[in-house]
Amino acid sequence: MSQKEWPLWEVFIRSKQGLDHKHVGSLHAADAEMAIQNARDVYTRRLEGVSIWVVESKHVHASNPDDAAAFYEPANDKIYRHPTFYQVPDSIKHM
Amino acid sequence: MTDSPMPAQATTAPTPEVQANLFPFVLQLADTSLILAHRLSEWCGHGPILEQDLAMANIALDLLGEARSYYQYAAELEGKGRTEDDLAYLRSAVEYRNPLLVEQPNGDFAGTIVRQFIYDCFHYHLLLQLKSGPDAHLAAIAEKSVKEAAYHIKWSSEWVIRLGDGTEESRRRVEKAINTLWRYAGELTTPSAAEKALQAAGLVPDYAAIQAQVDAHVARVFEEATLPVPQGVFMQKGGKDGRHSEHLGYLLAELQYLQRTYPGLQW
Repeated sequence: MSQKEWPLWEVFIRSKQGLDHKHVGSLHAADAEMAIQNARDVYTRRLEGVSIWVVESKHVHASNPDDAAAFYEPANDKIYRHPTFYQVPDSIKHM
Repeated sequence: MTDSPMPAQATTAPTPEVQANLFPFVLQLADTSLILAHRLSEWCGHGPILEQDLAMANIALDLLGEARSYYQYAAELEGKGRTEDDLAYLRSAVEYRNPLLVEQPNGDFAGTIVRQFIYDCFHYHLLLQLKSGPDAHLAAIAEKSVKEAAYHIKWSSEWVIRLGDGTEESRRRVEKAINTLWRYAGELTTPSAAEKALQAAGLVPDYAAIQAQVDAHVARVFEEATLPVPQGVFMQKGGKDGRHSEHLGYLLAELQYLQRTYPGLQW
């Protein structure tokens, strides 16, 4: 037996209600076709989804937690970027 | 809403001959699904990887659900008060009607794949026909099951290709499995007495036509797998008439142990 591991894949499932594919977990598979079949068997047993995406984990690039301060904190004091910052005039209906 | 009566059934009431043969045929379908489901369930917790362990458990559950539908129908056809559980748990090996293929031991993963592939090819094409057949009850079961069988045949076909066109070792193993198991393929499309009678009545499809569809699928998959299609194999049979290999008794001993030891036990 070869001890080589199959590559890891990240699995995204779109549920009946949702429009977007959500990350649900990961699995091992030899190629994309097998990854989709495995995802069907592992992650859609309880009617979770109507569409599956898989992507090899090595192709996912993540931000560095050490960058959190530089990346996200500057947005904290820019509350004017949120729609709630603005007063809606009374004359505007159906907002 | 008008209160027009239901349209008259196209088929007339079943002849006594059809009635006498439908029970053993449905029982044969039930036994086949149950025994193969049990064999696959033996992999549970022992699969080569988690994902395939689950795939086999899923297929086992599909087949078990199909078996239950057939057993319930068979019990109704027999009309002697036996239940699906009585039929599954309280019959001996000689009363079982499954073809020899499905009772063969799992062997290695390649063995399980080849056994599954041979069965899926027949099962899928049979259900396609039964789905539009004249027996409404069988058609309803086939309608539901053919979606599952479509996945099974995809799964086992892709594994035959992977193993055949894989490593030296996977090819050696899949070739060995084909040499061991191909002799049980012929029984699937060799009609039993009950099947012949029902074919004459139009309730069971023509097996020569199904064999042709199976052959076409096998040829396509084996070509991609770079495997030669076995030729001139002497085909074993007997399972459909209750003449089984020694393996079925052991399988039933495990399958039926609880109900035999504690009759009527529920949990």
